Amino acid sequence: MLDGRAQIKRRAGWRLWLSGGWLGFLALAALLAPWISPQDPLAQDLFTSRLPPFWMDGAEPGYWLGSDSLGRDVLSRILYGARVALAVALIAGTATCLIGATLGIIAGYFRGWPDAVISRLVDIWMSFPPVLFAILLIAVLGTGLTSIIIAVVIIDWTRFARVIRAEAMTQGVMDYVASAQVAGRTRIGTMFTEILPNVLPTMVALLTLEMGIAVIVEAILSFVNLSISTDSPTWGGMIAEGRISIHQAWWVLVFPLVALFLTVLSFSQLGEGLKDRFDPVLR
Amino acid sequence: MSAFLSIRNLSVALIGGPRILRSVSLEVNEGEVHGLVGESGAGKSMIGKAILGILPRAIEIIEGDILLDGEDLLSLAPAERRRRIGAKAALIPQDPLTALNPSHRVGGQITDRLVDILGWSRADARTRALELLDEVHIPDPERVMTSYPHELSGGMRQRILIASAFAAEPRLIVADEPTTALDVTVQKQILRLIGEMQARHKTALLFVTHDLGVVSKVCQSLSVLYAGMIVEDTDIRSFFSAPSHAYSRALLAATPKYTDPQASLTPVPESVIEAVQAEVEAFEAEWRGG
Repeated sequence: MLDGRAQIKRRAGWRLWLSGGWLGFLALAALLAPWISPQDPLAQDLFTSRLPPFWMDGAEPGYWLGSDSLGRDVLSRILYGARVALAVALIAGTATCLIGATLGIIAGYFRGWPDAVISRLVDIWMSFPPVLFAILLIAVLGTGLTSIIIAVVIIDWTRFARVIRAEAMTQGVMDYVASAQVAGRTRIGTMFTEILPNVLPTMVALLTLEMGIAVIVEAILSFVNLSISTDSPTWGGMIAEGRISIHQAWWVLVFPLVALFLTVLSFSQLGEGLKDRFDPVLR
Repeated sequence: MSAFLSIRNLSVALIGGPRILRSVSLEVNEGEVHGLVGESGAGKSMIGKAILGILPRAIEIIEGDILLDGEDLLSLAPAERRRRIGAKAALIPQDPLTALNPSHRVGGQITDRLVDILGWSRADARTRALELLDEVHIPDPERVMTSYPHELSGGMRQRILIASAFAAEPRLIVADEPTTALDVTVQKQILRLIGEMQARHKTALLFVTHDLGVVSKVCQSLSVLYAGMIVEDTDIRSFFSAPSHAYSRALLAATPKYTDPQASLTPVPESVIEAVQAEVEAFEAEWRGG
């Protein structure tokens, strides 16, 4: 007989659509930034400084979300900032996932000395305060996009290693792993056919979560002016500048903050939604 | 008749710890069903795991030989050993709910091993899988092949595991309490099915169980295990008519009688436990001394 669970059709879920929609929209906007930006994000003009967003008195067409104290267009700067944020999210997130998850699976499945080495390394790594660690790393590596990506990977691989190790350990004692061994599969083969497919849903959920974290780390580093050179707009940098003129021009702070918030939230919701989709038992 | 599986003086232990199996010897002939009974923790499953090379990480074999089809498994290199076991033996695991990989379709779990490890063609493996699913009385095998394990009931999954165990025509199957995790009505069907498959394929079966009722139905011979030591190793008829060891007699007496459901249950008497415990300790002391 068939189990009733087979009949359950899960709804695709609004969270998957909303979060995917925002991220898709943002990705498209970031890609097309040079063509769709109403202004040059770097152009300073003191005659247009601190223009309010379009629905308020004194707004100028072409400056939809207002301008900052140097007269730079907030919308254009957010669009260009999205390029940095998404590049860091995608590249750093993926690299972190690959490195951390590989070490995690090896530790959790093979146990023994590889586990001892990897786990102790993780313990030591996690005892550094992450933000200080990041600042220290950027100080050593120098500013720039590559440095930020390297810093995120170096700081955050432990998150994957920890979680995936635990997951691989749970899978490793299952009877189907024993059956695969009896049937003559090698240890490595078993790792790929039996363990990997079952840790994949967790990996995907963690990956999107990590992308959100990478966006935050990038924002923090640019907030303290350690991100990319000053002539390339970043959300963190905008928030730092907006902080100074919060009473005269709140929009300089609020809009990049909203963009940051929505993006990080979307990444984590996307992970939840995808995990449900990927998991054969929940599907 | 020569034994297909022969275990001699096998001892396994926690690494750096006490023995879990104490110089166990047993033989299973070609096509024979051999029962392995004992209380939980007696080491029944450990014997099966040792044969199949899937002992838990913290447990090691400290002495003895395992001969499968005349070949000393423990003297082979790990890769070679794995190949031999894969070609000649299979496992019917205890819990059907965790014995199928939730991420793969059922069909692939039967055919992949034939294709990847034994080098069958995809088409042959598929035909064989359909044939086997039919043999274990699964209706609509085509559809079951494309199902995920969670879409099937426990009984169905156990049938699939049985089919999968017989897939490569192994000559020895270790059935590790194959009915324990199922409910009673399904247990009976599965037991009958295993008997049926065994008779058709003439496979030797090492049947691990704690249920003497099951043993009396399917086995031709059995070993009784207590605390990792074999206390009795005999054929089924003499066991049920005249068990030679006091512990075996007590076990038999403790089996509930379906003919008299009102009768109170007889536990294994304290004195018998103490006697067999003392026997184990003497055996252990002798082993340490020798």
